[in-house]
Amino acid sequence: MQAEAPPPAGALASNLLAFVRLLRRAGLRLGTADAIEATRALTLLDIGSRRQVQAGLRAILVRRHDQQEVFDQAFALFWRDPEAARHAAAMALMDGIKDKSRPPPASRRVAEALQGDRPPAPKKSDEPPPMLDVAMTVSDRERLMQMDFEAMGAEEIAAAKQEIRKLHLPLDERPTRRFHPHAAGARVDLRATLRDSMRTGGEILGLSRKRRVKRPPPLVVLCDISGSMARYAQILLHFLHAVENDRDRVSTFLFGTRLSNVTRALKNRDPEVAFEMVSHLVPDWSGGTRIGESIATFNHDWGRRVLGQGAVVLLITDGLDRQGAAGLAEAAARLQRSCRRLIWLNPLLRWEGFQPKSQGARALLPHVHEHRPVHNLNALRDLVASLSSPPPRRSSR
Amino acid sequence: MSLPTTVEATRQLLAEGGYVADTSLATSVHLALAMGRPLFLEGEPGTGKTEIAKVLAERLGRRLVRLQCYDGLDLAAAAYEWDHARQLMEIRLAETAGVTDRDRLSADLYDRRFLIERPLLSALTGTPAVLLIDELDRADEPFEAFLLEILADFQITIPELGTIRAETPPIVIITSNRTREVHDAIRRRCLYHWVDYPDAVRERAILRLRAPGVPEVLSAQVVAFVQKLRAGDYFKLPGVAETIDWAQALAALEAKELEPGLVDDTLGALMKYQDDIARLRGEETAKLVAEAKVAATRML
Repeated sequence: MQAEAPPPAGALASNLLAFVRLLRRAGLRLGTADAIEATRALTLLDIGSRRQVQAGLRAILVRRHDQQEVFDQAFALFWRDPEAARHAAAMALMDGIKDKSRPPPASRRVAEALQGDRPPAPKKSDEPPPMLDVAMTVSDRERLMQMDFEAMGAEEIAAAKQEIRKLHLPLDERPTRRFHPHAAGARVDLRATLRDSMRTGGEILGLSRKRRVKRPPPLVVLCDISGSMARYAQILLHFLHAVENDRDRVSTFLFGTRLSNVTRALKNRDPEVAFEMVSHLVPDWSGGTRIGESIATFNHDWGRRVLGQGAVVLLITDGLDRQGAAGLAEAAARLQRSCRRLIWLNPLLRWEGFQPKSQGARALLPHVHEHRPVHNLNALRDLVASLSSPPPRRSSR
Repeated sequence: MSLPTTVEATRQLLAEGGYVADTSLATSVHLALAMGRPLFLEGEPGTGKTEIAKVLAERLGRRLVRLQCYDGLDLAAAAYEWDHARQLMEIRLAETAGVTDRDRLSADLYDRRFLIERPLLSALTGTPAVLLIDELDRADEPFEAFLLEILADFQITIPELGTIRAETPPIVIITSNRTREVHDAIRRRCLYHWVDYPDAVRERAILRLRAPGVPEVLSAQVVAFVQKLRAGDYFKLPGVAETIDWAQALAALEAKELEPGLVDDTLGALMKYQDDIARLRGEETAKLVAEAKVAATRML
């Protein structure tokens, strides 16, 4: 390591700290250590070169590709003149409110961060107040289990949410290539055997054994939140939140006319906070549906990142596509080839003798491994049970 | 060889090794070297992430220690392993020699002699090294946890032996193709750089260095074609590695210029998914070739 100049003092250092605080408000998770490292980096760079400073600070303060845009915009705004930047951001926000065209998400995040504390988010008013006491008789409960989500009133919805919280999703476990000590394991653990033999002066009395660690595969949920699914989506979101917090390696995406990744938002333990964050992320609640396009976007942008290691995909949709199922068959076929198990959860399947009449359903059906109902709590419970057993043999329909 | 002291010197160093870096990448590399921090390079396949480590090792006169990651990679394959066969032998020898002192036996048995070094340990001991942890996204999450100690303090703790610390910390380069998100704990310990596709000027410079046999006109057209292609909506866009492959393939067929038929026949060197090839073939290639020729004349 080379000798370093003393860290910059005065205006530059305090500006840098202000910049780090700005990034923090824009959603980058940065600690004091990062600020110190950034200060140190400045001593190693040519401070006269704006491009060098930008690239250097980016290498230290950015951790993910999607933060890069936020960083670059914040950098451009902040390092002109912090005061001017603050005014400019305020103006930009006002403009964004005046004309209806939405600014790109990154610039809005930066603008909001520059403004300081976020304005209090508007409360969703259609959400029923949480029920405090859900005392039910056995017959009440039975009725609830069979009731269609669509037919539920606010009270029943609240009760159903309570039930959903209790569901666990045990996916069938897959052997990994990793081993752990186990008395009945198939393989001999020589390292542990030798270590044990030290206690008896080198005499090996018994063999220590190990066997493969098993773990559930990753789960990816693609949930339709268009108008026709609105009622189900509200409840299923609770189910997804419970699943997301129950196990690791779960990714959740919502789609109507466009695809949104809500994994990080749903990870929040508190459901109300999580849904608040989700509603900020998702622009297309209860609108139209473009299933084909949304799945194609998923394949293109996320498929390779989240479908590794034998992932199971839950596709929750009624198959009603505004676009007349354009490109849906191709997108679904690719999705099926990229995952280990593709399960289509369809609330319309509740009717006896459901026929895939809509174009979307007909395009989707040949490409899924399983087609299951999700219209009431019993159906959810069945789903949970089926996921914990190994998948049925793949048959080409 | 000593480390470069400025961003420009770093860029120069990489250029001498045949690697054309832009300012942003050179800055990240410079900071990683100067601050002694691991460098985490993420980007699409074929954008030259692995190459950086190779060039750094060669130009700095260091050993390149490469750890290719895969699902289930464990300590025994990545860091160190005890040589159980020799240890068992040692026990037998001790028996015949009549050694009964347990502590001595234990100390004898867990001696460095019986330790088999794997890449991570080998990068810490011996002559200064460049440690390349390649395609970390292919390993599973438990392996990332093994790496934390090495990345933060350049040391490995072996329970039977103690902590082994590097005399000269290795230069650590980690690459990922993003087939899985690498955990934040790893990212925190590294400098991060997203390796993007190069612009036309840089891609031509790369091609000149890496595929010297390709005629200038053809090379410019190839770059223009690939740049146009990357603006399109395909499942898998070609990286620089594919550009180089394709240019060499065309040169091997003794092409002087791009022709639609020729492009159709050699698309397999550039695009690796049947859907993409099927979409491109025919009209689309003819259109792109025409556009590329116009763009190439402007470049030359």
